[in-house]
Amino acid sequence: MESRQHTQVLFMATCLCDAFFADVAKAAVEVLEHAGCEVLFPEDQTCCGQPAFNSGDFANGRKVARHTAKVFGGDLPIVVPSGSCGAMMTHGNSIQFEGETDCDMMATLGGRTWEICDFLSNQLNINWEGSLQETRVTMHHSCHSRGSQTGASALALLGGIQGLEVQEVGQADQCCGFGGTFSVAFPNISAGMGELKLSEVEKQQPDYLVSADMSCLMHLSGLAEKSGGALPVRHVVQILRDSIVS
Amino acid sequence: MKGQPIDRFSSELAADTRTAVIASASSTTEKRSHILNSDYPDPNRLRKLAAQIKQHTLDHLDTYLEQAVSKMRENGVKVHFASDGDAARETVLSILKEKGARKIVKSKSMASEEIHLNEFLEKNGLECLESDLGEFIVQLDGDVPSHIVRPIIHKNRREIANTFEREGLGEYNDDPEVITRRARAFFRSRYMESDAGITGGNFISAESGRVALVTNEGNARFSMAPNRLHIALIGIEKVIPRDRDFSVFLNLLARSATAQQLTVYTQFISGPRVDSQPSGPDEMHVVLMDNGRSDTLGSNCSEILRCIRCGACQNVCPVYRQASGHAYRATYGGPVGAVLSPLLAGDAFPQYSDLPRASSLCGACREVCPVDIPIPDLLVKLRAKGKVEGIPTPGSPSMGGFARGATSPGLWRAGLRAANVMNSLPASWIPAPALRSWLDQRTLPTWKGGEFRRWMKERRKA
Repeated sequence: MESRQHTQVLFMATCLCDAFFADVAKAAVEVLEHAGCEVLFPEDQTCCGQPAFNSGDFANGRKVARHTAKVFGGDLPIVVPSGSCGAMMTHGNSIQFEGETDCDMMATLGGRTWEICDFLSNQLNINWEGSLQETRVTMHHSCHSRGSQTGASALALLGGIQGLEVQEVGQADQCCGFGGTFSVAFPNISAGMGELKLSEVEKQQPDYLVSADMSCLMHLSGLAEKSGGALPVRHVVQILRDSIVS
Repeated sequence: MKGQPIDRFSSELAADTRTAVIASASSTTEKRSHILNSDYPDPNRLRKLAAQIKQHTLDHLDTYLEQAVSKMRENGVKVHFASDGDAARETVLSILKEKGARKIVKSKSMASEEIHLNEFLEKNGLECLESDLGEFIVQLDGDVPSHIVRPIIHKNRREIANTFEREGLGEYNDDPEVITRRARAFFRSRYMESDAGITGGNFISAESGRVALVTNEGNARFSMAPNRLHIALIGIEKVIPRDRDFSVFLNLLARSATAQQLTVYTQFISGPRVDSQPSGPDEMHVVLMDNGRSDTLGSNCSEILRCIRCGACQNVCPVYRQASGHAYRATYGGPVGAVLSPLLAGDAFPQYSDLPRASSLCGACREVCPVDIPIPDLLVKLRAKGKVEGIPTPGSPSMGGFARGATSPGLWRAGLRAANVMNSLPASWIPAPALRSWLDQRTLPTWKGGEFRRWMKERRKA
């Protein structure tokens, strides 16, 4: 690790980690601390509001986004272990706040929001160094990190871990089929998409399927488990945390 | 009926149709990416340039249309305006009637699909033969195309062989080459007997009034060469500023649509036959069709009018791959259809307002779009339009309760803890239809509400 600086960050845990994936949030905190950050956790945080935005319910989406803006006030960087929530904060809000008086304020909020891999690589300039017992992982790039630095950053960080072999999932341009409420409103299409993705993962037989978004992983492991299989999944930060050599 | 129409359609789709759709879509997507990346150091720059040219044209469409029309008239073209589908159909019919044309050959045109021109002309006693092989088969079967560029991707060669046998085009033979040769032989005489040719148009240059028209089968040329009358039905958004812009769009169109550097035939049509030309139509009519485009231009989704109908978004779309094009119940399928159909529908918007919801918003379409249309953004905006207009969305959970919870931190934290009880309840007891829909096909991880927050507090104390 080259860069050890004292940086204060506001940590956005995401509603999914708050509800299901406590260990991912813990790993994110530990990784940030290992990189020299002081991690502040605003207790009143809830959700970025993406479910309402994606449903086209901009009025309710804005309510939740305004709450989030209040909770994450100030000028510290906001770091989130999800490309999807990150895209909501930067891009989604720019759409649902078009023409609103607080549009610029939301743009500023988005401007200091970072997906965690992007933050480690491109803001802290971390060259991650870690070590693991021989492990093979397959990387799934979440759709909401398209066009961002998340994918390249995640691969660069994981590339610094000795003993870790990283492959990328086949048909990388294809969505896993989650899509938030899409997955429950269009269950057949969603499952069909997921099964295609699972068949690509199976070709590589990794120890873990890894992503920078738990939502895709929740959908894919849930599908695999329902059909009697098992798909061990890890967030990138869990792999990073486990690779820390104390 | 349970569920969204497009999801039901997908669940009822024959497995081998889905397999064929996926195979064609994914191989075309791969080839598209390969040819663009091997021919250009940075194809994204070309996409962005094309987007800028098209957007600029749309932002000044009145000026460019006027310029294009005056140039076309200078070139001897008779130009007509059609505000909607009815007007377009009537205009085409009256031109044909005036010239006494009864036998018409037609080359592939999405604009004509949009207004169901063939059926209309046939109802009026005219014979209108589709000369694109795929569209011809669609016509023989009384079917509709399922893909912008590959209209019969939902059919296999055995079905096509049956159709040819039924229609008296030879004994059953499902060899694609034999099928094509038979169609070719059939078409030759029809071309020679035709009174008029109808085509679409891919681009019109405002600078010169030239119409660019691309095909891979040469059928547009054949539709025009032997007869005296050519009618081109073209959407008003097809104008581009200058002749030199043809190169940007033609290079992108063929690569994006079929992974070709250029379509096999590219025609630039400057007007009717002049004395120095031995053949060609003596009269050329261009029918410029609005049919919902002006309203779309005035909406917050105007970027969709940049579309050059390459079908790349359809090919890459994982929802289209699962559902096929007919699931979209309209002329245009896939992502572009999910945006365009509800917009072009005007007052019939509610009929198509489910289409923009049939997307995981994955954004693959935007990445491949040769004119960089922000399709996922437009899908969300159309969802918002549906929401504001109060159109019901069966299967999608309502967001009022979510917003109340997510703006009340105390309630949120209490909910996180309380929901731990879910872990010990049978799934069928859970009073949320959305959750049950999830659990029909997937498991849910163990609820760990509040665990991270406790850990974080302990850590701060230490």
